[in-house]
Amino acid sequence: MSNQTPSNDHYEIVAKPLRHPWRIVAAVALALVLAAFIWSLVSAKTINHDVIAQYLFDPAILRGAGLTVVLTAASMIIATALATLMAVMKLSENVLLRVIATGYIEFFRGTPLLLQIVFWGYLGIIYPHITFGIPFTNVTIFDQPTSTVISSFTAGLIALSLNEAAYAAEIVRAGILSVDKGQTEAAKSLGMSGGYTMRKIVLPQAMRVILPPMGNETISMLKSTSLLQVVAVAELYTTANQISSQNLAQIELLVVAGFWYLVMNTILGFPQRYLERRFGRGFDVPGSAMTRTAKADRNAK
Amino acid sequence: MVRALGVRKSYGKNEVLKSISLEVKQGEVLCLLGPSGSGKSTFLRCLNHLETIDAGRIYVGEHLIGYRQVGDVLHELHPNEIALQRRGIGMVFQRFNLFPHLTALENVIEAPIGVAGLDKAAATARGKALLEKVGLADRAYHYPSQLSGGQQQRVAIARALAMEPAVMLFDEPTSALDPELVGDVLDVMRDLAKTGMTMIVVTHEIGFAREVSDTVVFMDQGLVVEAGAPADVLDNPQHERTKAFLRSVL
Repeated sequence: MSNQTPSNDHYEIVAKPLRHPWRIVAAVALALVLAAFIWSLVSAKTINHDVIAQYLFDPAILRGAGLTVVLTAASMIIATALATLMAVMKLSENVLLRVIATGYIEFFRGTPLLLQIVFWGYLGIIYPHITFGIPFTNVTIFDQPTSTVISSFTAGLIALSLNEAAYAAEIVRAGILSVDKGQTEAAKSLGMSGGYTMRKIVLPQAMRVILPPMGNETISMLKSTSLLQVVAVAELYTTANQISSQNLAQIELLVVAGFWYLVMNTILGFPQRYLERRFGRGFDVPGSAMTRTAKADRNAK
Repeated sequence: MVRALGVRKSYGKNEVLKSISLEVKQGEVLCLLGPSGSGKSTFLRCLNHLETIDAGRIYVGEHLIGYRQVGDVLHELHPNEIALQRRGIGMVFQRFNLFPHLTALENVIEAPIGVAGLDKAAATARGKALLEKVGLADRAYHYPSQLSGGQQQRVAIARALAMEPAVMLFDEPTSALDPELVGDVLDVMRDLAKTGMTMIVVTHEIGFAREVSDTVVFMDQGLVVEAGAPADVLDNPQHERTKAFLRSVL
């Protein structure tokens, strides 16, 4: 077998693998329970499967799912930009900036998201008009009733973005802190400004640490959009709810909505993996640019 | 080229630099020796304002580092002005500090493009020439994690040179290297010295100091104990502390 080390032949490990009978027993038991549960749902007379099939691809449901995607994407983009700003402010030497960032984070993490959503929905009651002008004069540049400027969609988007930014700020801050101090020193010694160092040297490296928890946050956000039902944004859950309040098929429409949430979250995994590879270059992440360079080198030869 | 006058620096009550004065002329190589904790690395980091000083003045070329003097009054410089001063001062670190998310070539051309405003083609041409100079032309598209320590340090030297500095600072450039890789890095530094680069080198490589430097400065406990030509300081030290140190490293 091993010609290189003939004298060591009898030291080679030829052992009977350790058996794990209980794993098989547990797996079979689990499969049975799961099958029984699924069967109980499928055979349940109380659930009308035709209604599920009828609404699974209903245009209103699909529009709702589309709006959920739009809300998730838009609020995550706004939140990430705001979070990066807050994280940099919190790490700033400027006390005022630190206080603002800390206050922001404490405020938006310290109150329930549902409360914040309702608050933005009621903004028109607190401020009936939104007016921009020159203070202490009669000059107005912009004056509109709040309800026309801030639709329920806008209110929902603001609520989700501002809340998420507070959580994401801490993630971004942890990412920035994970980058070795020597990187900033090297950048400084080359004459790079603070902003340039942050954009080109620190943040690209911080992304490696930021991305996995931000993937979590995105999944969480996708589901949190359902809270916008309270301000009547016609996203997936609200739409399913509206339909079921008319045809009284509550459970069936929950199944429909749940199906689409599950599908969307599964699809979210792909861009996450792509981004993790993209920012893993140089760090020996499987599939990242580093392994690709090695391959290119071999091909060049 | 580089003048330090009475430089002092404390961390809290611990005074790490107790009035350091020295001068390096254009094209000279100065080696700073001394036991760890003697303040030599701290002093080097003061020269490009990575550390602030408590007293004294540091001039690199015509520039007073970190401040503007108007009459008797010192004004702190804006970070952008300090960044401008640092462009003329290359630095090589003990732990290389290459940017791990960039290839060797990208490491070298990042600052010339982003800071000095060179166009990409010109920066790339210069970057490749520099990598060739340090013997790494075939490693241009490798990431730092694919390079050995010695190779990384040579890329770091090329990166610093890409900004065409007037003076190069080396902070124990071979201390983090495996013994067999030290030679390659010292060769590059030796060649650099021959081209007339002004260099200040914190090192434990006595052989390199003897061969390459014009001046050797021995520091201990934040003070310059002895300074002079390598033949004097290394082969005929006058102070007991210098003698003891040289006995321990040789």
